[in-house]
Amino acid sequence: MRRKNWYARLGGVLTVAMLAFAVTGFFWTPYEPTAFDATSKYAPPSLAHPFGCDQMGRDILSRTLEGAGSTLVIALAVLVIGFGLGLLIGSLCGYFGGALDALVMRVCDALAAFPSVLLALVVLAVIGPGKYNVIGALGVLFVPSYARQVRGEFLKFRDRDFVRSAQLMGVPKWRILYVHILPNTWPVLLSGLTIGFNNAVLAEASMSYLSIGVTAPDVSLGRMLNEAQSVWFTAPWCMLGPALVVVLTILGVSMLGEGLRERMRA
Amino acid sequence: MMLEINHLNIAFPHAQGHFEAVKDFSLTVEEGQVIGIVGESGSGKSMTAHAIMGLLDRKQVQVSGSICFDGVELLDLSRSQMRAYQGKELSIIFQEPMTSLNPTMKIGPQVEEALRIHTKMSPKERKARALEAMALAGLPQAEALYHQYPHQLSGGMRQRVMIAAALVLRPRLLIADEPTTALDVTIQAQILDTLKEINRKEGIAILFISHDLGVIRALCHHVVVMQQGKIVEAGDVEQVFYHPQQSYTRRLIASRPTRTKLKAGGSHG
Amino acid sequence: MMKTLAKRLLLLVGTLLLVTILAFVAFSIIPGDPTSSILGVEATADQVAALREKLGLDLPIWQRYLHWLGGLLTGNLGESYNYAMPVGQLLSTCISYTATLAVMSFVLIVVISLPLGILAARYEGGVVDRVLTVLNQITMSVPNFVAGLLLVYVFGLVLRLFQPGAIVTPAMGWGSFLGYMFFPALAVALPRSAMTVKLLRGSILSELGQDYIRTAYSKGNSKTSALWRHVLRNAMIPVVTFLAMTVADIMAGSIVVEQVFGIPGLGKMLVTSIGNRDYPVVQVIVLLIATIVVVSNFAADLLYRVMDPRLRGR
Repeated sequence: MRRKNWYARLGGVLTVAMLAFAVTGFFWTPYEPTAFDATSKYAPPSLAHPFGCDQMGRDILSRTLEGAGSTLVIALAVLVIGFGLGLLIGSLCGYFGGALDALVMRVCDALAAFPSVLLALVVLAVIGPGKYNVIGALGVLFVPSYARQVRGEFLKFRDRDFVRSAQLMGVPKWRILYVHILPNTWPVLLSGLTIGFNNAVLAEASMSYLSIGVTAPDVSLGRMLNEAQSVWFTAPWCMLGPALVVVLTILGVSMLGEGLRERMRA
Repeated sequence: MMLEINHLNIAFPHAQGHFEAVKDFSLTVEEGQVIGIVGESGSGKSMTAHAIMGLLDRKQVQVSGSICFDGVELLDLSRSQMRAYQGKELSIIFQEPMTSLNPTMKIGPQVEEALRIHTKMSPKERKARALEAMALAGLPQAEALYHQYPHQLSGGMRQRVMIAAALVLRPRLLIADEPTTALDVTIQAQILDTLKEINRKEGIAILFISHDLGVIRALCHHVVVMQQGKIVEAGDVEQVFYHPQQSYTRRLIASRPTRTKLKAGGSHG
Repeated sequence: MMKTLAKRLLLLVGTLLLVTILAFVAFSIIPGDPTSSILGVEATADQVAALREKLGLDLPIWQRYLHWLGGLLTGNLGESYNYAMPVGQLLSTCISYTATLAVMSFVLIVVISLPLGILAARYEGGVVDRVLTVLNQITMSVPNFVAGLLLVYVFGLVLRLFQPGAIVTPAMGWGSFLGYMFFPALAVALPRSAMTVKLLRGSILSELGQDYIRTAYSKGNSKTSALWRHVLRNAMIPVVTFLAMTVADIMAGSIVVEQVFGIPGLGKMLVTSIGNRDYPVVQVIVLLIATIVVVSNFAADLLYRVMDPRLRGR
């Protein structure tokens, strides 16, 4: 139990640190992320450039900061769309049930069987790459899994006494759903959100790495890794920054989620 | 003297001091005797049974005192030495027949497992002996049951499978830890009859643990009454039942549902 | 059991049919005409019309679907716009790479995770368990392609165990081909192995706390024999299901990892074809992967029933 507490704490610290890193990128970078510098072409990591420089002498740390910010925004936007719609559909299905619920859940089950990277790939093949397409595609694809989670939780609470008494008192349906039931579901949904965040980071990075996700001039960690691969014989350090940020972010958030789940069980 | 327990103490070391589950427990069981231990839940009776069987985790539980079987001090034995007794000289059946059997193993192999562990019998000999034990435990059509899975059996049948598995090596002592508590009243009576029969025919001593003094009375010669880890009363079962010395014992007798109540509402018990 | 199986099979066929419809419709509603990507922008109206007729684009969509489906069933997978080559022929070489990669990844996952999961559970709380728990958490957080990049860097660029980007074909001998596939397969397998270790460890520990294990001890089983004879079979039920569903993730992982190692497999072909808007190829690959996912889920469900006698006959 104590070990798990330590787990959640370290995860929390790591998450906050990575968030701070990404947010910093919006306001400040040590160099202009797109500034070419002929003198520092292929410069290995040093005090001036902790992650080194790429083939055009751009500072990798600055680019990583900017990329992390962009990846964070994409992941959060995906969560807003996916979780928002999932919450709406799941809460209605869970509370009202019926034939529509059965149909929606069957579709969700079928979609949930496919890895989200795979589905997003297909959708992007149809609608084309780009930052907003990535957000839209991933956001919509996250709906089924959240709808299922939310539905399960609402189903659990719909017959509880506090809901029954609210119904008897004539509380409007939307109030029962989102004021009475929703707060009780947070512990479970929060842990679902941590998993979803990681999946979004992973999916965005993978797709941008495959160059069917975020396209130039937008930056993202996945795109940086793609670019880094083209110079990895001469400047392998170009990978270090973005790879480290992706891994540490996922690690921190997953430990945090794990800690949250453990606390719920206790 | 087959089994002699002297000054047994069982404690769980805890951050906030010890929790003593059993305190200064002494008991002797002679060959072929049927002894009852009665007490409410948490009185330490199951803990005592587990201690005799060597099933307590020695890393978590402190056991002191003496448990002598045939002159051998069981508490001094190593885990592997103790295994030579488990299922061979000493056997146990538990309260939960629904979960005490392995759900993915057929009945036959579970009944004859002790034979696999303790003897060098051939599969054929093992099966013959298993079928014999199943018949003794009151299981009809043992041959067909042999190839079935636990979930295909009723609770009573599963408890009989547990009994057959415990008897397969003709142990000297069978510990029955609330074996009928989870069962229907009519099934309960049938199982008690079977246990009685086993004691009479095979001469296997039984240590019967229950919270129900009436059940104990139907089966046992002697009884010890436990409360909060201590023996509060002991003696001949009729003596204790009709002339309880302690108010606790009297309450145990009084709390017992009467026959009429059982018939009225307890048929699914 | 037979009735359930029949019902499940029917559902499987229905799902596959639905997948073909989705795959077809999705790539038919895309704006833009494939003729322009084949003929270029300078093509005359007559040329375009002729090509449209040749490709069947002048027919209504349901007719084109049925035509396409009929082709699929008779082995005619269509023609690539980009390579001017039957899709079947184009993919046949890719498939051998991806199939080898997927099978090897699966084997690696099993070989890595089963012993480690059992070891961690057997010595729960010990040094091995603790080290594994930390390693697991880290490994799970490394995406497939980052793991791939790391492996290429360490074993390819620094230790020079293989040449990054060089392609080894099966014709160059199975030994070297499998050697070539080892690191890509490892990159696909690592995160999944970590998850499997975690699942198996937890499953074993929860089974070890069950009543029937107490029964096993009371018969004279040692911890090891209780583990092998009683726990594993029960603990493997959720793990086997998980492994069957892992096939879907292996497919997703290999698409990305093929790109890292430059393996000319299905995944690389898929990404290239998406870039080229070569939809006949994309359609077939998507359909193929979807089929594998659906079938592996079907297998997972079936295995679950076989492993757990309580579910048989239901």
